[in-house]
Amino acid sequence: MRLAEAWRVALGALRANRLRSGLTMLGMVIGVAAVVVLVAIGTGAKQLVESQVEGLGSNLLIVVPGKVQFGSVPSVSRLQLSDVDAVARLVGDRNRVTASVQSGETVRAGTAAKFTTVLGVMETTTQVFIREVGRGTYLTRSDVDTQRRVAVLGSNVARTLFGDREPLGQQVTVAGVRFRVVGVFTPVGQSLGVDRDDEVHIPITTAHRLFDTTRVDALAVKAPDREHLEELGRRIVAELAHRHPGTDFSAVTQEQILGVLGTILGVLTGVLAAIAGISLLVGGVGVSNIMLVSVTERTREIGLRKAVGARPRDIGVQFLLEAVLLTCLGGVLGIGLGLGAALAVTALTPVPASVAWWSVALAFGVSAGVGIVFGVVPAQRAGRLDPVVALRTD
Amino acid sequence: MSARSAEPVRIIAGRDLTRSYRLDGVEVHALRGVTLEIAPGDYVSIVGRSGSGKSTLMHLLGGLDRPTSGQLLIGGRDVATLGAAEMAGLRNTTIGFVFQSFHLLARTSAVDNVALPLVYRGIRAGERQRRAAAVLERVGLSHRLDHRPNQLSGGEQQRVAIARALVTDPLVLLADEPTGNLDSASGRAVLALLEELNAEHGVALVVVTHDSDVAARAARAITMSDGQIVHQGPRQERGGPHIPEQRQAP
Repeated sequence: MRLAEAWRVALGALRANRLRSGLTMLGMVIGVAAVVVLVAIGTGAKQLVESQVEGLGSNLLIVVPGKVQFGSVPSVSRLQLSDVDAVARLVGDRNRVTASVQSGETVRAGTAAKFTTVLGVMETTTQVFIREVGRGTYLTRSDVDTQRRVAVLGSNVARTLFGDREPLGQQVTVAGVRFRVVGVFTPVGQSLGVDRDDEVHIPITTAHRLFDTTRVDALAVKAPDREHLEELGRRIVAELAHRHPGTDFSAVTQEQILGVLGTILGVLTGVLAAIAGISLLVGGVGVSNIMLVSVTERTREIGLRKAVGARPRDIGVQFLLEAVLLTCLGGVLGIGLGLGAALAVTALTPVPASVAWWSVALAFGVSAGVGIVFGVVPAQRAGRLDPVVALRTD
Repeated sequence: MSARSAEPVRIIAGRDLTRSYRLDGVEVHALRGVTLEIAPGDYVSIVGRSGSGKSTLMHLLGGLDRPTSGQLLIGGRDVATLGAAEMAGLRNTTIGFVFQSFHLLARTSAVDNVALPLVYRGIRAGERQRRAAAVLERVGLSHRLDHRPNQLSGGEQQRVAIARALVTDPLVLLADEPTGNLDSASGRAVLALLEELNAEHGVALVVVTHDSDVAARAARAITMSDGQIVHQGPRQERGGPHIPEQRQAP
């Protein structure tokens, strides 16, 4: 029998049992769609995190007290502004170093109030991190040196406190102390779960007086180039350890953050794909089951075909193609459904689901493979049917 | 009419054929040493009670089954030496089956049903349709090409089945109770068609039946009982001693 003829027969058989073929296919459709959309979500989440980390700036070193380990308790910082000066001397350029101290405070303007993160920072922050002031100016060195009560508002804070009014030059109070608004940030969105539009920056020296502390929570350094990033990190950690014997410090690069998060998200994507794979397997078992039923039902047809000259192989190929056609059609529909679902996830959730083409190819390959694997047993059974018995069946 | 020439070319030659199988652990001897030849142009009837072994014999003659012992040649080839695929090819080229229950594919037009054996010869669709239509015309159904089995009468369905058996130009037509599911008028017409094909085109005809009237029309009548041939010879007298289960047509 010609292969084209076998395809035609297989298609005809599927069409003859539309509802059953459709329901059997549904198992494959759901499995394939699950693979495509779950992998898309995993990939999208990974890309989102990468873009957020990279959006912070380039060649960054974040220096914090304690060891950076999942599950470790954050240490109380003993870093001081003098340590920042020491690091700046080590780096050789004060503009490449910034430091921050942060606290949750209520910020008010007239009757409007917002509880937000208030960061005491150095004027170098906008040179170390990617941060744009949309209106007004950022903090200046003299603001920091003279403990001025000036503030730069995140775009959300500005909108909450002032609505459509112009915030520049207006007064706000932070923890009851009056500040003058000198600038408003351009919206940047979230980064690693932190809403960076929901912040207020004030000079770190002013913050120390306001919060009655001298501590520095974190240091950030922008290295001149990528090659010396980790070496610089080690030198900074050594310097700080020398200045604070008995305290650990860590210098983390963006790549290290991405490495840890990437591993977690990679495992997550793998788990999602495995779950989806299980549903594909279940769909395949369904196909096998229906094909066995189909062979039993069509015993007379098989007997007749054999009587008029069909070889065992002809019959086997016919049923195998039927199974493969079933799973491949299910695969194509599933890919369509998966792409649609990925678009819906992108439109309706913050995660930009990103369809990985390898997952589409894999899902289709697996569905064709499932058809072959789960079609072989019914096909062999059909091919081996004794024509005498088959013709006698009613 | 005797189609046996001085040196007969036998289409089917069986010697000492036995066929036994186990049914629920019990050995059943369906055939116990049957010797039989079918030559070109023969018109043979095989008659017997149900359980006499006539269906088993027909399955052997048609290459659907193999004997437990004895030698069986179909188209000059010893079936003991043939694999399943070769047997299928042999059936395709040599044998035309006509069944009591027609065995037409549902949801498939008459012309496609008739063309089915040609599918397994690798003949292209256009050529298949052409040949199938020609054979359907020969059995008087040229106006029913695109009808499906459920749109045809029983007699018409059996004529489609006969056309399917003929489309491969077989050497022998094996008809298993060809009139069994038909009313008497349709049955007579179908039998007449088979006999006409036998007489005019020289295709050998073997009719398995339990109807003595049908059996008596053959040039040679074989009577089976208990897995053996108990009578074989030219045209029997009507109502002979070994013809059971009378089913008289009115």
